Formats: sequence, C-alpha cells, structure tokens
Amino acid sequence: MTKFNYTAKDFKSAAEVRWCPGCGDYAIMNAVQKTMADMDIEHKDFAVISGIGCSSRFPYYMSTYGFHTIHGRAAAVASGVKSANPELTVWVITGDGDSLAIGGNHFIHLVRRNIDLNLILFNNKIYGLTKGQYSPTSDRGIITKTSPFGTIEDSFVPGQLVLGSRGTFFARAVDNNIKHTQEVLADAAQHKGTSIVEILQNCVIFNDGIHDFITDPKFRAERQIFLKKGEPMIFGEQGNKGLILENGRLKVAIVGENGITLEDILVHDPSEDNLGLQVALINMTLPEFPVAMGVIRSVEALVYDQEMKKQIETVQLKRKVTCMDELLQSGNTWVVDGENCSEPVKFFDNKCFG
Amino acid sequence: MKNTKVIELEEVAIRFSGDSGDGMQLTGTLFSDTSALLGNDISTFPDYPSEIRAPQGTVGGVSGFQVQLGTKKITTPGDLAHVLVAMNPAALKANAAFLNPGASIIFDVDSFSEKNFEKAQFKTTDPFTELKLNDFSLIPVPITSLTKESLKYLELDNKSVLRCKNMFALGLICWMFDRPLDYIERFIQSKFGKKSPVVAEANLKVLHDGYNYGENLQHSTPQYIVHPAPIEKGIYRNINGNYATAWGFLAAAEKAGLELFIGSYPITPATEVLQALSERKDLGVKSFQAEDEIAGICTSIGAAFAGHLAVTSTSGPGFALKSEALGLSVMAELPLVVVNVQRGGPSTGLPTKTEQSDLLQSLYGRNGESPLVVLAASTPSDCFYYAYYSAKIALERMVPVVLLTDGFLGNGSEPWRVPAMDELPPITPRRATNPELFRPYNRDPETLVREWAVPGMEGYEHRIGGLEKNAAGAVSHDPENHHINTQIRAAKVEKIVEMIPDLEVIGEPEGDLLVVGWGGTYGHMISSVQVMQDAGKKVSLAHFNYIKPLPKNASEVFSKFKKIVVCELNLGQFASYLRDKVPGYQYHQVNKMKGLPFSVNELVENFEKLLEA
Repeated sequence: MTKFNYTAKDFKSAAEVRWCPGCGDYAIMNAVQKTMADMDIEHKDFAVISGIGCSSRFPYYMSTYGFHTIHGRAAAVASGVKSANPELTVWVITGDGDSLAIGGNHFIHLVRRNIDLNLILFNNKIYGLTKGQYSPTSDRGIITKTSPFGTIEDSFVPGQLVLGSRGTFFARAVDNNIKHTQEVLADAAQHKGTSIVEILQNCVIFNDGIHDFITDPKFRAERQIFLKKGEPMIFGEQGNKGLILENGRLKVAIVGENGITLEDILVHDPSEDNLGLQVALINMTLPEFPVAMGVIRSVEALVYDQEMKKQIETVQLKRKVTCMDELLQSGNTWVVDGENCSEPVKFFDNKCFG
Repeated sequence: MKNTKVIELEEVAIRFSGDSGDGMQLTGTLFSDTSALLGNDISTFPDYPSEIRAPQGTVGGVSGFQVQLGTKKITTPGDLAHVLVAMNPAALKANAAFLNPGASIIFDVDSFSEKNFEKAQFKTTDPFTELKLNDFSLIPVPITSLTKESLKYLELDNKSVLRCKNMFALGLICWMFDRPLDYIERFIQSKFGKKSPVVAEANLKVLHDGYNYGENLQHSTPQYIVHPAPIEKGIYRNINGNYATAWGFLAAAEKAGLELFIGSYPITPATEVLQALSERKDLGVKSFQAEDEIAGICTSIGAAFAGHLAVTSTSGPGFALKSEALGLSVMAELPLVVVNVQRGGPSTGLPTKTEQSDLLQSLYGRNGESPLVVLAASTPSDCFYYAYYSAKIALERMVPVVLLTDGFLGNGSEPWRVPAMDELPPITPRRATNPELFRPYNRDPETLVREWAVPGMEGYEHRIGGLEKNAAGAVSHDPENHHINTQIRAAKVEKIVEMIPDLEVIGEPEGDLLVVGWGGTYGHMISSVQVMQDAGKKVSLAHFNYIKPLPKNASEVFSKFKKIVVCELNLGQFASYLRDKVPGYQYHQVNKMKGLPFSVNELVENFEKLLEA
C-alpha cells in the first residue's frame, strides 16, 4: 500500500507537450512520471531542474515544482536547490550538449560531490534544438551541419566520464524500452548520492535512427545485455551467451561450448567498488559485445547535502555564538563611554530611511 | 629624557613596508587594533602585490600597510605617511612618493646592502640621495642584527629568527606612539602559545626589545602623541569591508527568518566574503565553494528557488562570468545578492588594486533588457548596512541586487560601533500566502512584485525559467506579452526608489561647486570637501550609495549648485550614467585609474581649478 496513491497522471501539467511527433522524449517522460508516482513521496517535495535543449523543456510538462534554467547550468542550479533543502527530491533533466559540452564542468563536479539527486542524460548524439549540429557524444566522422566533411574528434562516453569523476551511480537505458527505463529510474531514485542515468534517445528529425543498431527491439536480446544485481551476465535469444573474464578482459562466451558452464559467467554486482570491470562493461560496443543496459554501478559513499547538514549540526552543538547580537559583540571589542562621547546614531535613522 | 622630541598630532599616517614575506600586513593590523582599542579613530589600507612571494628584495614584491589614526573622525588612511617603516631598499623605493615632506623613515640598515640596492634597481649605493630624501628624518635601525642578537639564547633556526623582525619594528613603533603592548602580547600568545611556545616566546622577546630600543635611544627618535577621538558611545570593533559585507548578509538572514546560502568561487579581492561566511556554520550558513564563478551564482539561484537568502561574491572578471545567470535571476524574478568587490580591469587587470570600473558592467552587462538594483557601499563598516539593505530589497522586491564594494573597502578596516539587531529595519520576504490565488507572475499592483513560493510548500507547485512567461507562468512568445513584461521588469526596479533615502548634501544645500562621488571613494571625498569648506569655499558633497534606482531628489540637489564635478576611479562611468538619467547639467569629471584611491590633495587641487575656471 502506498501513502499517497499517486498515478503518473498526477505528475502531468496542463501545458501542451511540444516535442516532435515520435520523439523519444515522450516515452522517457512517461517513465519518469510513473517512477515519481511509485516513489510515494509527497508531490510538493519534487523539484525538476533542466538546462537548455529539447529535453530541457521537460519541467513545463510536469506538475511539480520546476525550473528551466540556462544552457549547461542545470547541474549547478540543482546542486544549490538540494544543498539548500535536502528534504526535496531533485531531478535534473539534461542532454548530451547541455551536460557534456557547455555544462561539462558542472556535470563532473556534481558527480564528484555526490549530491543526492537524479540526473537523466538524454543522449541523442546531436544538437536538436539548434537543428542538427554534432555534439560531444557524436561519433568521429559524422556529417552534420557544422561538420559537412565529417567530425575530426572523438566522443565522450558518458559512463566513463561519470566513473572518472568518482561517480557512485551510473545506469543506461533506451527510450523505447519503457518498462526497463522505469526499473532503472526507480533504482536511481533509491540511490543516495548523484544518480546518472544515460538514456539512448532518438531524435526523429536530426539524427533519426542513430541508436537503431543497438536499440531495435527485434534484436534487443542479441544486442543489449540487461545487467541485474546478483544475476549472471547473460544475453542472447537463447539466453546462452554470457560474459566472462579472460586474461583480465571481458569476453563473450557461450554456455555449453568449450566447457563453459553457467558457473563461469560473471555475476553482476553494481554495489562492488570495481571500477575496472564497471568501465569495461560501459565500454562494450557492438559487434564484439552487446551494449550494457541497467544499473552498472551503484556504490555507497558520503552524500554532500547530508554532510553539509551534519557539519552545521556538529558545529552548532558546541557553538559559542548563537545569534547575530552575540557575533557582533564577540572577539576583540571595546567599549567607548567617555565624557566627550556622543549618543550613538542608528545608521538607518541617520540615512533618513522611512 | 630631555632630548626626547615629542610631537603632538591630530592625525598621523604610518606605513609599514617590506617584502611580501616580511609580515607587514600583520604588523600593520596589530598596530591598528592597538590604536583603536586606545580610542583613536583609524582607517587602514593594505597595499600588497598579487604574487604571494614575488622575488625577495624587488620593488614588485613590496607589501605595504598604511594606517591613519587621529583624535578626530578619520575618513581615509592618509594620502602621505608621516612615518615609514622600510624593511629593505625596495620598500623605500616603492614608498618614496607617498611620504609627507620631512617624514620619519625607520629603515633596517642591515638590509641596506649593495646586493639589495641592486635588486631594487638603485643606480647608486645612496638610495636616499637618489630618491631625494636627504632632508627627511632618517632613523637607521639594525633590525635584523638586533633581532638575531635578541634571540641568540633560544635554539631557533635562522629562518624562524628572521620571521621575528617585524615584531622588532612593531615594538619600536609602539614606543614611538606610546601604545601599550598587552593586546599584541595576547595575540601572539593565542596564535603561537599552544602550537609552538618557543615561537611565541621569540616574538614576545623581540617585540619588547624593539620597544625598549626606542626608549633607550629616544634622543634620536621622535615620539608622537595622538589623543583618543571623541566618538559615539557604544561597543566597538575593528572590521574590514569584506567581513562587514558577510556579516550584513548574516544579519539580514536572521532578521528575515531565513537560512543563508552563499555559492561562490575564490577571487581576489572578494575571497574573504566567502571565507567569513564559511566560518559561520554556528549560525547555520550553507557555504558552497563552487567549481567556477558560473556555478557560484547558479547554486545561489538554486538556493533562492528553494527559499533561502542566497548571495554570491565575486570581483570584475567573475562578475563577467556570472552575467548570463544574473539575467536568469532577472527573468525568474528570484531574490539574489551579488557582491562585486571591484578591482582594476579589464581582464585580469590589477587583481589586488582598487578601481570603480565595473559600474556600467553591473548596470548593463547582460543580454536583453535586464534591469536590476545596484547599490554601492562607501566605507569598510557601512558595507554591513548596504549588504543588509541589498538583501532586504532583494527579498521584498523579488529582484537581484548588485552590491558594489571595492578592494579599498574590502581590505581596509576601521573601528565600527556595532549595532544591536533591533536597530535594523524589518525584512519581510514576499512569501506566497494563498495557494488558490497563486500564479507565478501575479504581481502586487503597487510594487509589481511577484510572490515567492518554494518547493515543499503545498499547493503552489509551479514552473519558472529563463523563457518569457505570461502571468500564469506558461511560456509565452506572444509579442504583446513580451513588450509589456519588459516594461514591467524595468518599472519594478524603478519603483524601488520608494525604499531608498533621499540624496544627502554634506555641507550647504547650495553653492559654487557640488562634488559628486559614489561608493568607496567616500572617505577621500569628504576629507577633500572639508578642506575646501575650512578654506571658506562654497563646496558641498553629494555621495551616492544608491545607483539604480537613483534617489528621487538627485536633480533637485544638483540644481542648487553652479558647477558639478563627478569624481570616480574610472574614465567617467557614473558621470555618463548621470548624463543619461539626470540630464540638463554639465558634469565635470575627475578620474583616476592608478589602482589607488584618490588622494585628498589631488582632489582639492582639482576642485580649486574648477572654482577658478
């Protein structure tokens, strides 16, 4: 039984949703609204913060508190919101341009601080709102309006960036798989600390099909591996392919071939502080490997907003100064009370304030 | 004893100067505090290089601290020093131009060596002749060797011994000015006593030896008497502008019943505001040292959205980085105070020197029509009140406020009668009170101010952002709506004129010359105007603390004078603003871009010329 009995509908605002027909954002928003309803947290305590980009229109379509900020700065604004009021449940909606280009600095520092909020990174490998320029996750060589002869730079792998910034939670999902996205978002919401969820999202207009090779539902079982805590890393139509470690490297093995048994297949443990394996999972690409989906890393660590609160409480337990009057009169002060001294004039009287 | 030369002065300026590692800032501060405790009014001016340790012995590495103390109200650290303490030839060279004719120069004769003359780029081995200082009162003191001698009995390494040199100079100066040593002794004990008793002992020993040296050699050393100043009764403390600013925000948060959040990034000369607030976890301050200037303001905007009194501190280059986010707070109509402790620009400019050249940046340095409130503090201690009032305006009018101080105010200190909290006006944040009627951009018909509803308040859930909105808070690209909202945002700021006091005229309300200034130049402005008034000239001062909006009686004040001169540490930014906002007057200008405050003398000269013309 839940306390509030919210449904996804309770999180929809009256604003008309204006993403392009067929945009992957719709599915993601439905998943977020469903997740929020299931969280059983009072509606008034949600704050959704976004930057700039197509996905960043998101807060307007939510009936919660929302703040559509400026390009790249959602992580910084959200850090302020959560630090100021740790009681709030804060979600950041952002994209590959917003968080990995103009807002890259805020993104890595948010992750490093481990502020308890959930960030959904809509990765469509393109600038959509400005109509089709390459982004920091666009693959080398891609032809776009600003790279008519192909890009000459390599892309970020968001998960690498998160783990390199000492991230405590990283998960990956696909926009067209609503059920799985919801599961991942629910885990992200549970995690204490900065949860980064990369969602491979399709821009139907400027980069249509960019993730199709990975995300095509027809080949989902072969091309994606769904990692679950405590379960062997198994995939494939037959459910007989799995990941093993050989000479320190990941390798796809088939259960029942070459003496491989289910026992040999790696068991997923996102809560283990095993950066090497987790980065290796993040790095898996087709065709050699399936692409890893689900919660890849979820470890416990100190949480910034709670530590900030705790530090204040600790200092206040032993404090000598409890209010401004005490502070003003603390330390090196002296009293002037000589015969030739005049009565004090209050500053705001002196300056003829009303 | 009969040989002692005793000089009685109403005010005297002393400059401590040495290598940036010589401890001159501490020496000056301790002497100032001691004088303030004795009841002198004081004003201080630290002048230090931007390199923490520039090459030893070079003019570039000289760090100075000037304090003026007096028997009456002291408004400036003094143009020219009466006494200079020079720890090496470079310090002498750097300060020669800032000495009163005939000033006393106490110098460490041990460091006046050929090697050091060369480092300071003297052409000869007679720096005094080279700098034309021969008829000054030269007091050679072997500070280094006496310090070494003094500490011979202790087993201290040479480096630690030399670190005590400044205490010898301090002891000597305390004798010259008849200052008791007890305050300094207490300071040394509390700083080193527990950590390193031997260092404490060494410092105390050298301090006393310096004092006794003065007493023993008094035939060659003048002694000065400066009587206490008659001032207002009350509890006093010394405070610099950065601390006063920080404490003003603390006071505002307490008065408003809100928590205080500062998101900020270290930058000279504003860093101390962040530091001073980070110290105050006891009062519940949430301090967030952000990854950059942009995150500094953005975290503060987030905290304002969440219902805190949110402030951010910076200086010119950082203010430039914050400008886009400042525009967001204009659009979102959230309360926010940005304090800009101005320094010399453009670009990195003169990080440790003062200037007033960010005025137009503060007023106009954003995209779009982006009006906000601009205030400027005018003395180190009144930074407290203007910080307080900035917060009051921001919270009551849901608007970002830029508070301009500068390096001179931020680092300069003065004795301050501390107010009681009940002396300060109430602050009533515009919290939303009725969820049925709440719409994000519903406005008070009089003030045009929207209401503040924050996450966690039930029934007020709403969305804001950088896009133009209609009253209900929905995104709107409607031409009429934008046209009207642009005017409303401007009018909202203009209406704040009701909250600000009339412009005061110091002196007669009419006359031959009105001297106009703003912000941190106040001390030098008032001193120079008083010099003119004492000479019987019909000169008055109008000093602005409220830049946008301007006090409503500005034009009326201006109309009573034959001439108006606007003095500022830039090329004329306030003058051009006045030409726009208070047209119909000829504004003469006095401008200075040397990274230094005005001197009273140069102002007086300019005013005299204007009166003659």
